[in-house]
Amino acid sequence: MGEAIVITSGKGGVGKTTTTANIGTALALQDKKVCLIDTDIGLRNLDVILGLENRIIFDIVDVVEGRCKLQAALVKDKRFDCLHLLPAAQSSDKNEVTPEGIKELIDELKPDYDYILIDCPAGIEQGYKNAVAGADKAIVVTTPEKSSVRDADRIIGLLEQEELEPPHLVINRIRKHMMDSGDMLDVDDIVSTLSVELLGVIMDDEDVIRASHHGNPVAFQPDTKASICYRNISRRILGESVPLMSFDEDKGIMVKVKKLLGMK
Amino acid sequence: MGCPKMTEANLYLTMKGTNEGIIVYLDDQCSFKALLNELGSQMKSETIENTTEVIINCQNRYLQDWQLDEIRQVVEEQSSLKVKSIESNVLSHEEALTWFDQTTIKPFVKTVRSGQVLHVEGDALILGDINPGATVNATGNIFVMGQLKGIAHAGYAEGTEHVVVASYMNPNQIRIANKISRAPDYEVQGSSQEFAYINQETGQIELDQIHNLQKIRPNLTDIVERGL
Repeated sequence: MGEAIVITSGKGGVGKTTTTANIGTALALQDKKVCLIDTDIGLRNLDVILGLENRIIFDIVDVVEGRCKLQAALVKDKRFDCLHLLPAAQSSDKNEVTPEGIKELIDELKPDYDYILIDCPAGIEQGYKNAVAGADKAIVVTTPEKSSVRDADRIIGLLEQEELEPPHLVINRIRKHMMDSGDMLDVDDIVSTLSVELLGVIMDDEDVIRASHHGNPVAFQPDTKASICYRNISRRILGESVPLMSFDEDKGIMVKVKKLLGMK
Repeated sequence: MGCPKMTEANLYLTMKGTNEGIIVYLDDQCSFKALLNELGSQMKSETIENTTEVIINCQNRYLQDWQLDEIRQVVEEQSSLKVKSIESNVLSHEEALTWFDQTTIKPFVKTVRSGQVLHVEGDALILGDINPGATVNATGNIFVMGQLKGIAHAGYAEGTEHVVVASYMNPNQIRIANKISRAPDYEVQGSSQEFAYINQETGQIELDQIHNLQKIRPNLTDIVERGL
């Protein structure tokens, strides 16, 4: 029996969809059966980031309204057999599905998958309620900006009213030098304000944008910082204890040499 | 309270002079009508000329508002006495519950998060943070054991004597009764162990170190004084 995890943030543009795609990919890399559900009806993105846009035939609204079977709407990933996507509709809006409809659908998927990741739309209205309805757990994504932490706090407050386990936190787009200079909230501040468990941090990395642009989630890449961060998160979801990645910038060879010689 | 030593005996009335003034004890077993009658005739025969204040004690009789008004009326019409207050040993279940509600401290073990509004009758004890964008309203005092970063409104409605105490004070706003004080526009570091109160001289909300609380609000815990 699989576990349904909703990925939400309140605020838009903090990286919910990217996080969903990458955690999904990273879990699939660990040979887990994963289904990604895009509930951002009317503004679907998850298929684009995964590079699966061209393969969509049916969508979640078709399933909920009974126009097709659930299996027919699932899109298989082009890289893995164990990663599937249930895309959102682009031409409908969020009021066309109900929380009950989504819950039923997720319950139907659970026996076939290890993890079901639900990509939640921004906001706290109908779309959010739909996305949270069938979930067992929640991951809240925030960036180290005040506005997004404020919204994350709001969303955690709302999640506490649902019958979910306490949510976990992912802090996205961390810039080490800005945290050091005090121009961004630092990780400890955010965790203490939100008082939830930290699942992982993701460094701000151009590779993420580049990867999304080409429809290949960054988690595939073996050695970029962001991909390691995402893969660490997936290992933590699987129950491994993985320490947080060091934020230090890569040091050049000269720095290492100097350190060896005791000059620094 | 027991039956007081009589100084002037009547059937249903007992008057007694004390340091606080004259206390009129009313019998609590006779009918209300008989009591009113005697009160009326007794007051008429009272020879006190100047306006003196009396306290009326109903002992173990429960009186409703209209009955209290009638007693007050009879006394003040028939004599030059003024009724300072009417006391009683008993109160209704409902009043007792309200009193209890107003005078107990209500603990909350949670983080109050952005967008959440917590309304508390009486004093609030928050064992957690009040995050930015969150609001706690209490008719009494607010004690925050965590970080106060949102809005705390003590003395919700009209309690100007109430205070907001926080182990870490860095609020969006502090409100006490009808006064509002907000954080400055520049970024500030919060401070620990502080409380906010209305300074009666300036009429403004001020902050002070927690060890000065006993000087500024020595009666903070005299909860019986509050409410009823």
